[in-house]
Amino acid sequence: MNIFVVGLNHKTADVDVREKLAFNGPKLEEGLTRLRALPDVKEVVILSTCNRVEIYTNVRDPQKASGSIKEFISGFHGINRDSLETSLYIHENIAAVKHIFRVASSLDSMVVGEPQILGQLKDAFDIALTKKTTGVLLNRLMKKAISVAKRVRTETKIAENAVSISFAAVELAKKIFEELSTKSFMLLGAGEMAELAARHLMNNGVKDVIVANRTFETGCNLAKEFNGRAVRFEDFPHEMVNADIVICSTGASKYVLLKDQMQKVMKERRHKPVFIIDISVPRNIDPEINDIDNVYLYDVDDLQGVVDSNVQERRKEAEKGEGIIAEEVETFQRWQSSLDAVPTIVALRERADAIKKEEVDKLLNKLHGLGEKEKKDIEYTAAAIINKLIHPPTVALKEDSEDKDVLIATIKRLYGLNEKGE
Amino acid sequence: MNMTATIFFELALTFYFAAAIIGIVELFKGTKTTARMMLLSVILGFALHTISIIYRYVIAGHIPISNPHEATSFFSWCTVLLFLLLEFRYKIGLLGSFIMPVIFMLMLSSSMLPREIRPLSPVLQSYWFGIHAILAFLGNAAFAMAFGIGMMYLVQEHYVKSRHPGGLFQRLPSLQSLDEINYRLITIGFPLLTLAIITGAIWADKAWGGYLRGDPREVLSIATWLIYAIVLHARLIAGWRGRRAAVLSVIGFLIILISFFGIKLFKKGLHVFL
Repeated sequence: MNIFVVGLNHKTADVDVREKLAFNGPKLEEGLTRLRALPDVKEVVILSTCNRVEIYTNVRDPQKASGSIKEFISGFHGINRDSLETSLYIHENIAAVKHIFRVASSLDSMVVGEPQILGQLKDAFDIALTKKTTGVLLNRLMKKAISVAKRVRTETKIAENAVSISFAAVELAKKIFEELSTKSFMLLGAGEMAELAARHLMNNGVKDVIVANRTFETGCNLAKEFNGRAVRFEDFPHEMVNADIVICSTGASKYVLLKDQMQKVMKERRHKPVFIIDISVPRNIDPEINDIDNVYLYDVDDLQGVVDSNVQERRKEAEKGEGIIAEEVETFQRWQSSLDAVPTIVALRERADAIKKEEVDKLLNKLHGLGEKEKKDIEYTAAAIINKLIHPPTVALKEDSEDKDVLIATIKRLYGLNEKGE
Repeated sequence: MNMTATIFFELALTFYFAAAIIGIVELFKGTKTTARMMLLSVILGFALHTISIIYRYVIAGHIPISNPHEATSFFSWCTVLLFLLLEFRYKIGLLGSFIMPVIFMLMLSSSMLPREIRPLSPVLQSYWFGIHAILAFLGNAAFAMAFGIGMMYLVQEHYVKSRHPGGLFQRLPSLQSLDEINYRLITIGFPLLTLAIITGAIWADKAWGGYLRGDPREVLSIATWLIYAIVLHARLIAGWRGRRAAVLSVIGFLIILISFFGIKLFKKGLHVFL
């Protein structure tokens, strides 16, 4: 039994290689079936996302399996074996377990701590389960990987802070306003970044949208898209009285909103807080506006600064995650070695021999005057009885079976074989 | 005997101390366990505190607010009560970390004041005295909570305004909800304080013949009342909210503390028992 991983990710392969090797939809099921059919492969799970393609297997002989799995990949996707070699990595046993735990916990992700990977791993496992390509080892490994990922998520702050500009903006908005659904939002200008941020805000519940664009037409189209209303650009300072969140990217070369204008707006707003995000370069909003009470102005650099420090924070948390994983790998290894039948067979044998010796000695002490031959016969019979008794469980332990862990546990319990340290 | 009340009081003080320490630890290293442990300490402390107050009530036969020790203790009790109500109603993250150290300091100063139960002095043997005192303490408790919430607002606002949202940013509530709770607390505390001042004046009239005697406590109470009146007025009329409201609620409570303890340094005035 060997856990074996063959794969590639965003670090080892460019997107054009990754997309060629992806197992999408029906390809995934076919891939599972065909891999499972390889003589070296006993169990298989395929994880295929846009950032990684990984094949998790339980193989008889890693050396042989390595060759046949690579052969399969190049054949299945029609890719030259040599060009594959540079992108693929291979992990065996402990290293493989650690790798899978790290992937599940999002420590190996492009954006460390992103939560999607765990869902993708669960899906990959589900499909393998329905195709019945997994067994004791991978089932346990996948379930463990999922629970380790959850543990890392709850015990560290790896997924806590936003690590993209638009998410950082939404996060800030949520700490200024309790409930975004009652807030209105103004889009000043219609850049691509602004639209993206707008979408994030809408996804977080903002409903009321006002669009002010220099070209009124464009503004109208955008407003329609967001289910909002368009206003003339000249009117925006007046409209700002109603806007709680403003995203600005007009492409103007000078400030379109000055401090004294904003002071007037705030007075009319009765000092209700306003969150202004200026993502234009050069900036369109006078930075001094931030000095006004209840006005919170962020420009692109400010948001990038927030993102950078969040990334730092995640790195620190990732280190804690590595610690948790090291612990869990050890636990898994202990479980895996308990799967090994040999110690159980030995223990069973020893136990039987001990019983035999004890009982034969007792008997020989009681019976006097026996000749050497009789003594030998008694011992022989006793040995034959215990051998016959322990033969079937020994054979069962030596066989390759799906539920071996259950079998080992049962035999240990029935014969009272408690290993040291358990 | 006095002893039993003292033991319960000391135990309550110990639990409040534990809560304050856990609260401060929570600021640096917050986990679910620390939060739960803090709340548990507060609840245990509050239960013991309640018993000690009831005990003194039974022995003395009147509400135990007739000497500085009892008054400070009762004030702390009202504040903890309000804290627990807020905690269960709103689940405000980190509120305990901001307010429990204050409550502990109040209780500590109470513990250092003489505790003997004395017969009620004749001026205090009035129906109005009890009402006046309870209203005043409940009102001040609301202002104490507004102080804690105001401090939280100022910290959170600093993170947002400085464009460096780190530290406690994630764990503190949003500015809007802090501002709203602060406002609500002041709208609770203000009428209580107003009624306390009115009942106090009526009682003063009965006891000494005259509504105002011009002692420093009265002056400071009126000053406090004015501050909170400004907070409410400015909010309703000019829309003053957020930072200014938070700053005023912090200042207001500091004045309350001064009038509560500072006055004693002068050892003068009519509120000698307080």
